[in-house]
Amino acid sequence: MFANFWAVLNKELRSYFLSPFIYLISAVFLLLSGYYFYSDLVFYVQFGFGLNIMENFWQLMFTDLRLVIMLTVPFLTMRLFAEEKRLGTIELLLTYPMRDTDLFWGKFVACAIATLFMLSFTLIYPVLMFALQPFNWTLVVPGYVGLVMLSLTFIACGLFISSLTDNIVVAGLGSLGTLLFFWILSWNDGATQFGLISTIASVSMVTHFQSFALGFIDAKEITFFLLFIIFFSFLTLRSLEARQWRGRR
Amino acid sequence: MIGVQNVTKYYGQVCALDRVSFEVKSGEIVGLLGPNGSGKTTLMRILTGFFSATEGTVHVAGLDVATSSLAVRSRLGYLPENVVLYPDMSVRAFLNFCARIKINGVSQRRTSVERVLSECALEDMAHRQMGTLSKGYRQRVGLAQALLSEPEVLILDEPTVGLDPNQVIDIRELIKGLGGKATILLSSHILHEVELTCERVVIIDKGRIIAEDTTERLSERVQGTASVLVRVGGPRQSILQALRAIKAVVQVTEQNKKGGDRPEDAVFTVQSSNQDIAREIAQTVINNGWALHELRPVTLDLEALFVRLTRREEQKEAA
Repeated sequence: MFANFWAVLNKELRSYFLSPFIYLISAVFLLLSGYYFYSDLVFYVQFGFGLNIMENFWQLMFTDLRLVIMLTVPFLTMRLFAEEKRLGTIELLLTYPMRDTDLFWGKFVACAIATLFMLSFTLIYPVLMFALQPFNWTLVVPGYVGLVMLSLTFIACGLFISSLTDNIVVAGLGSLGTLLFFWILSWNDGATQFGLISTIASVSMVTHFQSFALGFIDAKEITFFLLFIIFFSFLTLRSLEARQWRGRR
Repeated sequence: MIGVQNVTKYYGQVCALDRVSFEVKSGEIVGLLGPNGSGKTTLMRILTGFFSATEGTVHVAGLDVATSSLAVRSRLGYLPENVVLYPDMSVRAFLNFCARIKINGVSQRRTSVERVLSECALEDMAHRQMGTLSKGYRQRVGLAQALLSEPEVLILDEPTVGLDPNQVIDIRELIKGLGGKATILLSSHILHEVELTCERVVIIDKGRIIAEDTTERLSERVQGTASVLVRVGGPRQSILQALRAIKAVVQVTEQNKKGGDRPEDAVFTVQSSNQDIAREIAQTVINNGWALHELRPVTLDLEALFVRLTRREEQKEAA
């Protein structure tokens, strides 16, 4: 039943981890997040006051990690469908006895594993902090749950955009632009109050992440992320199917 | 095994296939012949379910491609036109991946991968990354993945394109060897290729089938006559007269083909409206006491055939 899913997952994991690309991306990811960790820490050491220094620190840290993930995930998703289209191997895969859903979820899960691999290195920050100044672990668990959910929605979105083109650069830039746009929408509430833009802003995954950073696991937000993933998986599957629509009457 | 009924395919306003119908019987090797852009690849993509037809139905192994796509795909081996495979994957890893999708059971998978590696003479290349392979080897990997599940139906889009002459012969032998076991539809724009591999040819031009028959019968149909080459030892003029005297003989032309071990022989090509003319020629020669050294049917090669067929079609359109 899941044999095809495993076959795709296995192939994609090989192509992620047997190429130097993921390690390069991880290095950049860790450089950026490492600097954020350092600068956020310095900020709170110098200017932090009040009762909730630790809470405020982690809130800022997760908000920054969110940005770094946003900048790196498009590089992990861009080739997933675009490359198959460019090489022509999509024609093989789509004529194999395999459902499109096996193909989609195989790629999705492989990319999720690659992202978690990258993200797992950041666990060193809470461990380090704990060694310096013990704190309550419930401060960081919701943040990580939120980061994982956020990454999954980014992946779903990136996969969809990758399925639209046979050009890897277009796929990468397209998803980066989309994700950045969702982020920018969360900057100025005044600008996003009316009309269509308010609707788009209300589905910004960046905004929906906020409660996780504050230390809550909100079932409503988790549902939102899941629906978001399902929506984009639906769009991607239609996009794969769209070759069949040409010339249909 | 393959049934195509009235298939029409439009790309926007462009008509790629126009009411195409033909059948391929079980175990047959059929060549789909046509110039570039004639609709061969579109037709093959419809057969594999990659594209859907605008109108008409396609059956493979008794199943409708549009409604039972997965069942059809599991019976199908497909070699697409431009096989460019994952450049950073090894041949064996790629075939293992294909086998995981196409074949159930770990041990069957392993034996199948070994089988196609040896069938396509890829053993020495199994560990190589596909990006480093030459065009010929990549084509063989493409063929290997198509053969992996021993499919009932093989669809090969230009299987020998880009191969060197020796490789062409190897692949041709491999395909011929599969005849009888699998039903094969292969496309080509090289006429000679189809002539050597296929029992039957479907000729397609501008999305329409312009001829469909066995290779030999097609050339007869175009000539409207049977053509026979005869090499006789005896008096030239008398032979010519005797041949002309045979009923149903349309034309006798003397050939200046000397050489061979009997340079003194007279060589004629006889065109006749009677398909069975060879027998009468033989009888005439023997009755006259001459030596019959060679007697064989001459088939028009497909090159000439194709030119005639397409020209005929153009004339029809003009009229």
